[in-house]
Amino acid sequence: MSVLTRTPTPLGRTRISRLQGKARYAPTLATVGLFLAMFAIGAGMYPGFLSGQVFLNLLIDNTFLIVLAVGMTFVILTGGIDLSVGSVVALSMMIAAALLQAGWNPFVVIALVLLTGATFGLLMGLVIQVFEIQPFIVTLAGLFLARGLCYVISVDSITVTDPFFTAMAQARIPLAEKLFVSPGVVIALVVVAVAFYVLHQTRFGRTVYAIGGGESSALLMGLAVPRTKVLVYGISGLCSAIGGILFSFYSLSGYSLAATGMELDAIAAVVVGGTLLTGGYGYVLGSLAGVLILGIVQTFISYEGTLSSWWTRIVIGALLLAFILLQKLFSRKVKLA
Amino acid sequence: MNALLKHRLTWPVLALVLLLLLNQLFRSDFLSVRVQDGHLYGSLIDILRNGAPTILIALGMTLVIASRGIDLSVGAVAAIAGAVSCTYIYNSPDPSSLRTAAGGVAIAVVAGLVLGLWNGFLVSVIGIQPIIATLVLMTAGRGLAQLVTDGQIISVSNDSYQAIGAGFFLGLPISILIAAAAFGVAGLLTRRTALGTLIEAVGINPVASRLAGLSARSIIWTVYVFSGLCAAIAGLMISSNVTAADANNAGLYIEMDAILAVVIGGTSLAGGRYSLVGTLVGALIIQTLTTTVYTLGIPPEVTLVFKALVVIIVCLLQSSKARDLLRQRRRPVAKQSDVKVAV
Repeated sequence: MSVLTRTPTPLGRTRISRLQGKARYAPTLATVGLFLAMFAIGAGMYPGFLSGQVFLNLLIDNTFLIVLAVGMTFVILTGGIDLSVGSVVALSMMIAAALLQAGWNPFVVIALVLLTGATFGLLMGLVIQVFEIQPFIVTLAGLFLARGLCYVISVDSITVTDPFFTAMAQARIPLAEKLFVSPGVVIALVVVAVAFYVLHQTRFGRTVYAIGGGESSALLMGLAVPRTKVLVYGISGLCSAIGGILFSFYSLSGYSLAATGMELDAIAAVVVGGTLLTGGYGYVLGSLAGVLILGIVQTFISYEGTLSSWWTRIVIGALLLAFILLQKLFSRKVKLA
Repeated sequence: MNALLKHRLTWPVLALVLLLLLNQLFRSDFLSVRVQDGHLYGSLIDILRNGAPTILIALGMTLVIASRGIDLSVGAVAAIAGAVSCTYIYNSPDPSSLRTAAGGVAIAVVAGLVLGLWNGFLVSVIGIQPIIATLVLMTAGRGLAQLVTDGQIISVSNDSYQAIGAGFFLGLPISILIAAAAFGVAGLLTRRTALGTLIEAVGINPVASRLAGLSARSIIWTVYVFSGLCAAIAGLMISSNVTAADANNAGLYIEMDAILAVVIGGTSLAGGRYSLVGTLVGALIIQTLTTTVYTLGIPPEVTLVFKALVVIIVCLLQSSKARDLLRQRRRPVAKQSDVKVAV
């Protein structure tokens, strides 16, 4: 069963990348393979690595990144990019922390934060779509704006002492003996599941793939291209807000400098997860695997005591490059007259 | 008058003048420049001196953007350049001599060229989208810089090295003289030879320019190398100004400032036509904006909000779609005036 909407090739384009047949699963499979290989190597090198909890900790420590990568997958599938996600995470944390400090009800706060994130994303999407400005520059402005608004709220870090947030931070859901996850993991996986359903089972999801495959042909097919393009940024904004809430659960504070550069991690996770940056090909489950790979790199570095933290960035950069080259290799260039 | 209004530099220059006047309004000695210890001193000189790294990086960025690319790695390259030169000076047997400073500068310049070559290779030979190709170095670059400095902030005390960012020559800051020289060379190379036109041609349509017999690959490669070089020199200025290499914070967000300067200067992100003078004005606007925020007593952290609003407004002004919408509203008025002229 093909989950992709095949779009006819527009005449105007002379060269396009196409992943043919089963090759389109190749990058994602390579990601999963790499993850398993890294886990196996870790198990061979360090005693205690091969445990269920090490794997579950990968999820627990990266809940926010998983959700961000999901939102980013939607945007990249349409051929766009969202650089604002890290700042929106920080802004969400700041809003949540400031309102909780003022004594607001935690559920009202969460609803408000999600609404803010989604609205922020939708506004960026509207600017991109209506004024035909490149997503790159619009979301860059979004990055500045959200980060600046954080400072407007407070320059100092705000601690969260709300009972509901602390309960969420400390709660552990036991899975089996000595195995547990945090509530954040459940939320993140639910987001992944919902995204999977939306992308593969709904008209909206097919339109997302169709836009990435060829925007003009999607338009000619009568698909709701403008609406979908605005909505994907709204989804990304919403996911960033959810990520911010999860990060608040994780760190129990709001800090203006939080999540600096997290947009790079999210993009790296999506690319390593096998999503083509030109849009049209990729899976949200691949992005989940991408996040887990970034997480396992960090686990490796913490297990290997002699390696310093900056190796994380170097390895992530190298992985990013390797997967981009892999995409080049797998995508066949078709020349049209 | 109409031609002046339509000139693409009119609005940026006007914005710059307004910003300067606004500052003058709040601080009456803002525009005054005085001589002290044989150097020129004043807020205007400070703007030039602090803006020099941004001007340099924006210069390289202009050519990259004109070729329909983008270079996100400049901040990381600046950090690496500062890291390698400071580490070299720190570890050399004679850390305060002119020769050591020259050696550090040479190493940083070579590092910048190599990193530029790397970016250019990924974009022009492998054919990766510029945003992503330079994202690789943006992600890994700060890690590399920390690797060089071993995660420490490396402080150096070398008068010759310090002169690059903080020194004066003939009463003017050396950093702005370097930026001006780079500007002059780039202007001569691109506007007095065919190079500028070739870059624009590649930016407008890479395929057509290749079919027309242009070596698009080597031109694209050249602009990334130039951008790397500019970023390295800017990194030297930043590290020399504080006489230390800070791998984490040197040149942080400077790529954003540079891109902003280019966009304000009227160069389209879609590639093609570019304006070096526009970029210069754009970079000065950004630096003045930062100074204005300080002058007005607004918390400096809020600068980001201002920058965001400026980007949005400038992009909307540049967007042909927004202009069309404006024109549609104005059309009835325009017709009336046409009729009057005809009568």
